[in-house]
Parts: sequence; structure tokens; C-alpha cells
Amino acid sequence: MKVLARADLAKMVALHLPTEGFVNLGIGAPTQIADFLPADTGVILHSENGILNVGPKPPSGEEDWDLINAGKMPITLREGGSYFDSSTSFAMMRGGHLDIAILGAFQVSAKGDLANWSTGDSDGAPPGVGGAVDLAVGAKAIWIMMDHITREGKPRIVKKCTFPLTAVGVVSRIFTNLAIIDVTAGGLVVDAMLEGLTLAGLQDLTGAELQAPAKPRVIRTDGTSSL
Amino acid sequence: MRNVVVKDAREAVAGLKDGHTVMVGGFGGAGLPRDTIKAVLDTGVRELTVISNNAGSDESDLSLWFAARIVRKIVCSYPRAAQVFAEQYRAGTVELELVPQGTLVERIRAGGAGLGGFLSPVGVGTVFEHGKQKINVGGRDFLLELPLKADFAFVKGKCADAFGNVTYNMTARNHCQVMATAASTVAIEVDRIVEVGELDPESIVTPCIFVDRVFERGLQ
Repeated sequence: MKVLARADLAKMVALHLPTEGFVNLGIGAPTQIADFLPADTGVILHSENGILNVGPKPPSGEEDWDLINAGKMPITLREGGSYFDSSTSFAMMRGGHLDIAILGAFQVSAKGDLANWSTGDSDGAPPGVGGAVDLAVGAKAIWIMMDHITREGKPRIVKKCTFPLTAVGVVSRIFTNLAIIDVTAGGLVVDAMLEGLTLAGLQDLTGAELQAPAKPRVIRTDGTSSL
Repeated sequence: MRNVVVKDAREAVAGLKDGHTVMVGGFGGAGLPRDTIKAVLDTGVRELTVISNNAGSDESDLSLWFAARIVRKIVCSYPRAAQVFAEQYRAGTVELELVPQGTLVERIRAGGAGLGGFLSPVGVGTVFEHGKQKINVGGRDFLLELPLKADFAFVKGKCADAFGNVTYNMTARNHCQVMATAASTVAIEVDRIVEVGELDPESIVTPCIFVDRVFERGLQ
């Protein structure tokens, strides 16, 4: 089965961001979205550890370990950026000041429930939640970036999450390596599908009912999509 | 004149006792008071309750405390990539209270600000609501989150003056600013001690009223 490569998925999400706004990119795959933001983007990236207007990683040898992102990797600060403490940072999230948080997920339900911090089966390892739960509750819009199915071929979009929940009814848009799906009051609505894929084919890989307009937009294999 | 400068990390941790609750600043390595962490180890104290964002991931951080088995319980948000802690967690010799990061820092803020707690929407409908009182305000459910306080707070600043005014460096501020308000004794490790009056009052993040001890790292 043809799927979008991880980088092309990141590019696809980047191309859907508004031209201005405050955006938090979750740890892991979503972090890569930053690499595909146009140079003149008005998007201001937030990182939970206390920074607004995160810039790209510094050249090798110029890393400063007091200037890191939520994934604890060295970054830079763009012009107009600022530093603040964690309490202020989470007030930005919880208080609804962030426009969009883009998070990874293990499962998303048809009602927008999100499970992304634990699979419940940790093999005895300590659980870690970080800022996942805070982010999922606070941002004005929660977008998900994930593979459409698990490595074992099971759907990640499900009727009801079986993994421990991060937040209830928060997800508004799902970007996968096969499709873009909106979570609406009336259910899951396919906005766009990878070229060559049929709605029936996509439905087979999805654990909850999909609706679609007569002609969903087409996602090309380079991550761009039709209007 | 007020002067809270102490000679070194050893003096900064004086008075720490078995069973104390200790806040340790830092997000990863940024804001982590590494000299202080070593000095605590040298005191021989045991049975500490630690409040920190992480649980150590290298050889000069909280891993030292777990390796020496001086921690009874840790309250934190992200104890992953913490090998020594994980071993003890699996063995059941250390207790973990997992708290979402924003809730963790706000509980500390509540402790330092004299609040009896706060109502948060974070965690409603998840395992994080277990054991907490749910209160509906304006049609929305919130969880009652209780304050956190400590006997000692150990954090890392950039510069301090003798009064105990402190500045921070970039993302090294993280939990440090709030922790410095919430402990009986606040000891801050800094890169440099400067003359009173030298710090731009606009740049001071932790005003000296919160601070009991400051010392320059690396001098011992």
C-alpha cells in the first residue's frame, strides 16, 4: 500500500497551517513540521519549556544547552521571540491562547477523544506524561499527525479509544499518511485522500465510520494537495 | 545589609534532613543545579521526597540520587529516559506520583502563593482525575488540584546579587522561578555573583524576598 513518507506528511501539515498564529508542535514526529514552514511564515512556534518563536536548530558546534525545546534538543530563538517560566507557558496552553497544537497519537476516536501518552502496557517501565494532557485541553484547535494504521495493521482511528485517554473530545482534525479527516459533530468527514485511494479502501483501514463529500480533495505523494 | 551569599554548594544544602521534601529545578539539563545535586549526595541524607520535572537521564543529575537510593518518592511529569530511576521503579523501591507538567508547576505556584489549590480542566475524563474532587463551574468540570510545598528548593540561575535577586538564562528558567517561591529554604546555584545594583531591576525574575541562599557554581 502506498503511503505518504513521514517527511511528506510533515510537509502536508505545514502547508495547511494558517499564515499567522501561535502553534505548538508536539514532541516526536510533529517537530518535523517546522522544517517545512515557508521562510516568510507568520506562524510563531511555542515550546512548553518556556519559549515563543522557536527557530531552527543551530549549526553544529553552536548549541547552547540552556536553549532547548520540549524534546530537549538545541534550538535557536527567532527575532521577536521571548522566554518565560513554565507556569506562564502552561497558562498559554490552558488559557486558550495557543491557536493550534499538533500532536502525535496512538488512537483518536470518532468523537475526538485522544490517547497519546500511554499504551497502558509499559512492561513495568515508569509512565511519563509531560505536557501532553495540558496541551490537549488548552489549545483552541488540536490537530493530530500520525500514521493511519499501526505497525500491526490495526486502525488508529477508532470508535472508542482503548488506550488511556489524554483528553476527551478535543481533536478537530486528523492528518495521516493516507488522508485528512475532520472531526465534526456529525462524525468523521474525509477532507482529502492520497491519490489512488478509494473511500472504501480508506474505510477498510479505519475503525470508525467515515463520511465524505462527493469529491474529496486529492493528496499527492509529495504532500501537496488539490484545492 | 542583607547578604545571602554562601561559600559553596555544601553550605547551600546545610540543614537538609532525612525525610525532607525537596524541589529541584530544571527541564532536562537546562536550569538543573548540578553542583547542588552533588552536595546533597555528600550530606548522606535519605528518604527524600523529590519534586522535579524529570527523574534524571545522565551521570550528573538526579540519577545520582536514585543510584544512592536516597529518594523515597518522586513527584514529576516525565520520568522517561531515566534509567536508574526506572530500575528502582520496577523493583518497587521508589514511589512515583505522575503529574501533568502544567498541573505540576501550577501546584508549586499555588504552594508558593499561599493558595489552597486551584481548579483545572486538565485531566478530566482521564486517569489523572482519580482520587481528586471534581467541581463544576459554569457548566464545565474541573479537578481540584492541591498545592505543593517543600522544605528546600534547589534551582539554577544565571546571576545573583548579595541580596538574592536572581536572573535566569533563556529556557533554563522553566520550573525554577516558581520553585523558588515554594520552599522554606530556597538555595540558588548561579554562574556568577554580581554587586548589588548591578542587575537591571527589569531583568530580575526572582526577587530576593524569596531567596535564602545563593552561591557561585564550580568554586568548591
